[in-house]
Amino acid sequence: MLEARELAIGYGSTEVGRGLNLDAGGGEILCLLGPNGCGKTTLFRTLLGLLPALSGAVLLGGKPISAQSRAEIARRIAYVPQAHAPPFPFEALEVVLMGRTARLGAFGQPGRQDRDIALTAMNRLGIADLVQRDYSRLSGGQRQLVLIARALAQEAPLIVMDEPTASLDFGNQAQVLAQITSLAQDEAKDGRGVILSTHDPDQAFALNAQVLLMKDGTSHAHGPAKDVLTGANLSAVYGIPVSVENTTSGRKVCLPKLEAQSAPTMTSDALTIA
Amino acid sequence: MGRGTTTTVGLRPPVLTLTGGLCLCLAALAFAAVMIGPYSLSPTQTLAALLGQGDRQAEIVVWNIRLPRVAAALLVGAALAAAGASYQALFRNPLVSPDILGVSAGAGLGAVAGIFLSLPVAAIQASAFIGGMAAVGFVTLVASLMQNADRTLTLVLIGVVIGALAGAATSLLKVMADPYDQLPAITFWLLGSLAAITTEDILPALPMVLIGLVPLALLRWRINVLSLGDEEARALGVEVGRTRFLVIAAATLITASVTALAGVVGWVGLVIPHIARMLVGPGFGRLLPVSALIGAGYLLIVDTLARTIAQVEVPLGILTAVIGAPFFVWLLARGRRGWS
Repeated sequence: MLEARELAIGYGSTEVGRGLNLDAGGGEILCLLGPNGCGKTTLFRTLLGLLPALSGAVLLGGKPISAQSRAEIARRIAYVPQAHAPPFPFEALEVVLMGRTARLGAFGQPGRQDRDIALTAMNRLGIADLVQRDYSRLSGGQRQLVLIARALAQEAPLIVMDEPTASLDFGNQAQVLAQITSLAQDEAKDGRGVILSTHDPDQAFALNAQVLLMKDGTSHAHGPAKDVLTGANLSAVYGIPVSVENTTSGRKVCLPKLEAQSAPTMTSDALTIA
Repeated sequence: MGRGTTTTVGLRPPVLTLTGGLCLCLAALAFAAVMIGPYSLSPTQTLAALLGQGDRQAEIVVWNIRLPRVAAALLVGAALAAAGASYQALFRNPLVSPDILGVSAGAGLGAVAGIFLSLPVAAIQASAFIGGMAAVGFVTLVASLMQNADRTLTLVLIGVVIGALAGAATSLLKVMADPYDQLPAITFWLLGSLAAITTEDILPALPMVLIGLVPLALLRWRINVLSLGDEEARALGVEVGRTRFLVIAAATLITASVTALAGVVGWVGLVIPHIARMLVGPGFGRLLPVSALIGAGYLLIVDTLARTIAQVEVPLGILTAVIGAPFFVWLLARGRRGWS
C-alpha cells in the first residue's frame, strides 16, 4: 500500500533523515520509535505527501505520492494528528464528518449517507454520546477518539497516527491502543494498516507491531518488535541503559535503569533549581 | 441533526426557522426604515407608495430616496458580515475582520486619490474598488513569493504591512488635499456613509457581491475543513492553496465592492459573525446566510440611526464603532464560550 524507498527527508536544504525504507499494508501495525528530534514527525509529513521528499520516493498504491491529488491521497491514507483545540466550537459529529471531505466533490456537502458513516464510526469507538458535544471542550482522550473516528469515516485503508497516546491518561492510553489493535484486525474490512509513532516501546509489544527504530534520521533497526526492541538496541538509541524483561503473564516490558549515573543532568538541574 | 443518546440538547434553533424568522424581521425593519425620516410616512402611505398607488411626493421619497438607501444598507451589511465570516474561518481567528488583508486600506487610498483628483463619483467608486482589489492582490502575490512555511501568518503580516503603506499614502493625500473642499469629502468617505446613494450607485455593486457569494456558498464545506489548519485540511483531501485563493478572491471582491459604495465601514464584519456563530455554530453552511442576514439588519438599523438621530448625517463608521466596540468587549468578557 505505502512504500518508502531510500527516502531522504527534510526541509529545503536541511536534511533531517536519509536512507529510510518502509512498507505498510493492510492488517499491519508499524510503530515508529526514536528519541525526540530523530525525524519521526518529518517522516510522517513526507509519507503523507505534505512535505516533498529530498530524494528517494514514497509510493502510494504503486504510484508516486507526489503525482497524486490531495483527494486521491486522502482516500488512501487517513491522518490522525495529535489532538488539539480548533479555533471554533464545532460539534464532534461535524469534526468526524470532515473525514468525508475527500469523498465529496469540490463543492459537495456531506449528506445522509456520510452522516450515517460518521455515526457508525463514532459508535464503533464508543463515543456516540459525544455526537452533539462541542469538540473544543472535550477532554484530550475524547478528542483523540473523535479524530480516530474521523479517520475511520475517511474509509482509507491506511491510517497514520502521530503519537496517538501522547497526553492521554493511563486508562485512555489503553483504550486507544485497544482500538488500534481492533482496527488492524478488523476482518470485515481486511484490516486497516496503521502507522503510528510513540515514545513508549512497551506499546509496540502490546500492539504486536512491526517496529522502525530511528536514530538521528536513519533507521537503526527494522522488524518485528520482539527482534528489534532489545536492550542493546534501545540503549543505543535512547542513550540510557535499558533492559527488556518478561512479566509473569508473558508480556515484554522495557525498563530503563534509573541508577544515579544514568540520569545525571536531570537530577543536578533539579537540585540547582531547588 | 444526529439524534441518538446525546445528553446535551442542542441550544441552536433549527436553521430554517431561524433563517425564515430573520428574513421576516429584515422585511419588517426595511419597511419601518422606509417610513422613518424627515418626511415621515404612515404605514398606509408607505404601502401605497410601494405599490405605486400613493401620492406623487410620497412615491418620490420612497422610490428615489428611501428605498435605494435601505437597499444599500442591506447590501453593505450583508456583504461585510459574509466577508468577515469567511475571513475568520479562513484565518482560523475570530478576531479577524474583512480588512485583514488590506482591502479597506487599499480601497481608502483609491477613493482618496479619486477625490484628490476631483474625479466624478462613479470614477471614485471604481478607483476605490480597484484600490481594494489591488492591495489584496499585491499581498497574496508577495506572500506567494515568500519561502515561509506558515502561509496564513505570512499573509496576515504582509496584509498589515501593505495596509500601513496604503494608510501612509492616504495621509499624505489628506495633507495635500484642498482643506475646504476635498478634505471634508475624504474624511466623510473614510468613515463610511450612504448619504448620497442612488440606485445607479447600487447597480454595479450588487452583481459583484452576488458573484463573490457564489464561490463562498459552494465551498461552504471546504471552508469548515480549512479552519482546522493547512496541514490537516490537506491530509483530509483539500487542495488548500487553490481553495484559499478562491475564498480570498471572493471575500475581497465582496468587501471591495461595498467599500467602494459606502466607504470604510468598520466593525460589522468583525462583530456580526460572532453573533451568528452563537446562534447557529461555526458550520459555514449555516454561518454564511445567517451572518449575511444579521449583518443586513444591523447596518439597516445603524444607517437609519445615522440619518435620523441628528440634524446632520452621522458617519456610519462612527456609529458602528460606538455600538460595536462595547459589544465586542462584552463578547470577550463572556469568556471563550461562543467564539472560541
